[in-house]
Amino acid sequence: MSETLLSVRDLSVEFRTRHGIVPVLRGISFDLAPGEMLGIVGESGSGKSVTAYSVMGLLEASARVTGGQALFGGRDLLRLGQGALNQLRGAEMSIVFQNPRTALNPIRPVGAQIADVIARHDPAPAAIIEARVLEALRQMRIAEPERRASAYPFELSGGMCQRIGIAMALACSPKLLIADEPTTGLDVTTQAAVMDLFRDAVRARGVGSVLITHDLALASEYCDRIVVMQTGQVVEDAPVAALFARPRHAYTRKLLRSTPSSVDSIEALAPDEEPVAPSATLPFPAPAPLPTQAPAPGGPPVLEVRGLCKSYVHSRSRAFWRRREVARLQAVADVDLVIHPGEAVGLVGESGCGKSTLSRMISRLIQPDAGEVLLDGAPIHGIAPGRFARLPQRRQIQMVFQDPTESLNPRFSVFDAIADPVTQLLPRQGAAALRARVEQAALQVGLPLELLNRYPHQLSGGQKARVGIARAMAVEPRLLVLDEPTSALDVSVQAVVLKLLTRLRRQQGVAQLFVSHDLNVVRLLCDRILVMHKGRVVESGPAEQVFNRPAHAYTRSLLAAIPRLPQLQEAATP
Amino acid sequence: MAFLLRRLAGVVPTLFGVVVAAFVLTRLLPGDPAVFFANSVTADAATIAAVRQKLGLDLPLWQQFLVYAGQLLRGDLGQSVGTGQPVATDLLRLLPASAELTLVAFALAILVAVPLGVAAALRPGSVIDHACRLLSTAGVSLPTFVSGLLLIYIFYYQLGTAPEPIGRIDPFAIPPPGITGFLLIDTLLAGDTEGFAAAARQIVLPAVTMALFALAPLARMTRASMLGVLGSEFIRTARANGLRRRKIIVSYALRNALLPIVTTLGMVFSNMLGANVLVERVFAWPGIGSYALDSLISLDYAPVQGFMLLMATIFVLVNLVIDLLYAVIDPRTGLFHA
Repeated sequence: MSETLLSVRDLSVEFRTRHGIVPVLRGISFDLAPGEMLGIVGESGSGKSVTAYSVMGLLEASARVTGGQALFGGRDLLRLGQGALNQLRGAEMSIVFQNPRTALNPIRPVGAQIADVIARHDPAPAAIIEARVLEALRQMRIAEPERRASAYPFELSGGMCQRIGIAMALACSPKLLIADEPTTGLDVTTQAAVMDLFRDAVRARGVGSVLITHDLALASEYCDRIVVMQTGQVVEDAPVAALFARPRHAYTRKLLRSTPSSVDSIEALAPDEEPVAPSATLPFPAPAPLPTQAPAPGGPPVLEVRGLCKSYVHSRSRAFWRRREVARLQAVADVDLVIHPGEAVGLVGESGCGKSTLSRMISRLIQPDAGEVLLDGAPIHGIAPGRFARLPQRRQIQMVFQDPTESLNPRFSVFDAIADPVTQLLPRQGAAALRARVEQAALQVGLPLELLNRYPHQLSGGQKARVGIARAMAVEPRLLVLDEPTSALDVSVQAVVLKLLTRLRRQQGVAQLFVSHDLNVVRLLCDRILVMHKGRVVESGPAEQVFNRPAHAYTRSLLAAIPRLPQLQEAATP
Repeated sequence: MAFLLRRLAGVVPTLFGVVVAAFVLTRLLPGDPAVFFANSVTADAATIAAVRQKLGLDLPLWQQFLVYAGQLLRGDLGQSVGTGQPVATDLLRLLPASAELTLVAFALAILVAVPLGVAAALRPGSVIDHACRLLSTAGVSLPTFVSGLLLIYIFYYQLGTAPEPIGRIDPFAIPPPGITGFLLIDTLLAGDTEGFAAAARQIVLPAVTMALFALAPLARMTRASMLGVLGSEFIRTARANGLRRRKIIVSYALRNALLPIVTTLGMVFSNMLGANVLVERVFAWPGIGSYALDSLISLDYAPVQGFMLLMATIFVLVNLVIDLLYAVIDPRTGLFHA
């Protein structure tokens, strides 16, 4: 590359925290050529977002640039004052943020927000600005731009909000565009659509762009070159093809092997059951290797679901005084499902497809409108959710929830959290027996016993996920309902949790219903897959069959939208 | 429109509850109004019984209530024994004085508190932030009658810059023709700038007293709300797009911060209606607060009930206005925006 658009040299940033000064970036260097698309990949805390904010001059007050330079158009962005940066931001360089909906002003029409940016950098009569707003929306292939321009963010879908965000960032034709996790939290098909638009817009204008993401597969599909970051340092910087053919750094290899789409079976996933620090109180059993074969699922089913339906009142605020005219949204329509002991069933679909509603009906948290739920052959759908919570059957079906932080009581220690269902659902027992049971549950999920006295905010994301699983396993359920338990975790932590879940199933024989939007994860974990779309099961069958020979058009579109790593085989073999 | 009708329909049970409560509470007052209004310590039992019968107090409580409710339905708030006038006439005559004082104080409080809160939020920990905190703390901790007397002591007694704290207007001045009842407006309408200045001088001290009281919650809420909004992601987006600071603060941050501020405004206004009673006393302001207090002391039931009903109505209307303001500020309520 003869010329560079952005050249970052030895960038170092530190944060002032209550525990003193923490270095966040340690000598970051990379170059970006005009028209190039660079991926910055790393796990949370690697400093990839801080890099972007340093370049844009958007660091928080507690952050300080301690060294280095960022040359852009002959000027060092790190030495510019806020006034000069403000001239550049939005005009010469732009950024697209994560969480498209919250990144937009909630009470200002989106068109007006784009107009604000244009009016700031290219003042013009209102009519011209309006025409430019509509043109910007049209370029993002937004249908009916006039109507969309006057909409508020809450009236638009997440994918539409992100298209608006990209339109806003490109409105004044910048030379540099940074996208910070632009599609995290969007469905795979939406992600594919938004990323395609992003790439096309960037290519068409010859804009140099930086894609910041935790998803190696996504970066590999769209970027020309990838920078891998770990704890504030660049560990590898290579063109996509070279990076995947010959990953040089150990961390890159680990990241690759943690990505579910890069491996064929759960055994191949990194890491190989990390050792847990031995406990002071109890001898910790060495983590057993994964039993090679699951006990053959058989016997009478744990759970049988027949013709389950649920609809919600879909009340638009404008119709709220006319009670009779409410539309109903059919969230789950006529679903059948059977789970055998020791079996793992995956429930896949995009947001709004009804998978969470279905899993909550099975967990008896909400009441179905119609249909039957049989637990070990006994009907439980007639029992009201409130009453079911006090019955002995409650312990047979346990849940692990999506957000490991939100689903733990911040005032409960780890011990309290795990002990809570035990004291609620099992016959009263002595303090010693309770402690033994809690410790056993903790060890089962690989949670060091020293952590039992800690509170959720003192744990890492992976540890919190383990607490959530230990809490569910403490009462020895027959069925574990897992609602996206790993979607908030980094890939390497996710890999650990997935292996843990597989081990629990093979050793304890607990059946699992795994709800997820990520087909790759489900493929590794589950024997059978059900694909849901608009409240109905559109396809079901053995995992490999659904994944490799999808029968339904929707499943095929879902599979096509998943970003894939190039040359899986080379990367997967250690 | 349907929203408005629905909200107005919801007002009816509230007001009915207020009528019942006002009625029962006044009957719970200790003392016998018949004895009071017989107006003589030597009045014999027969005189007192006659007065009682005249006032309708000999009837059982529920019949008294029915009579009262019947009067209300005909738009009759009853007769004040103290002034000898219908209560409605009295209230209408005195309301403008109170309303003028409250509104001026309210406007003053908003004009000081909101910019102060915004400035404090923009530079937390700065001098202006501490000034905001100091003023707020002083405002809440000083009762209105203390701050009122303090202001009179300093500006009237010591400095002599303020006029005598008695009433709305110099007792010897000719009042302007009553059009709105608001002296500040009536004098201007009559082209009487001198009268306007005089009225303005009279209202400054009581208005400042009340504004001080209203300042604290408003400034604190503005600061907290602005701080929250300034830390949100769309402000970061606005900065990332290079929008000007002024634009970010006013059209992005402040408009989003308005919702809790407006809620507080409603509460502050309602509180001021109550605080009125004391401030009017201190400054001899001829408003409905003084009137209600006098009536209460003389066990004059009808004006007290009328006052409570009027206050409740204002309170309900203020809340209605607040709800409508919400809808204007926040499109997510889905009332005005399709």
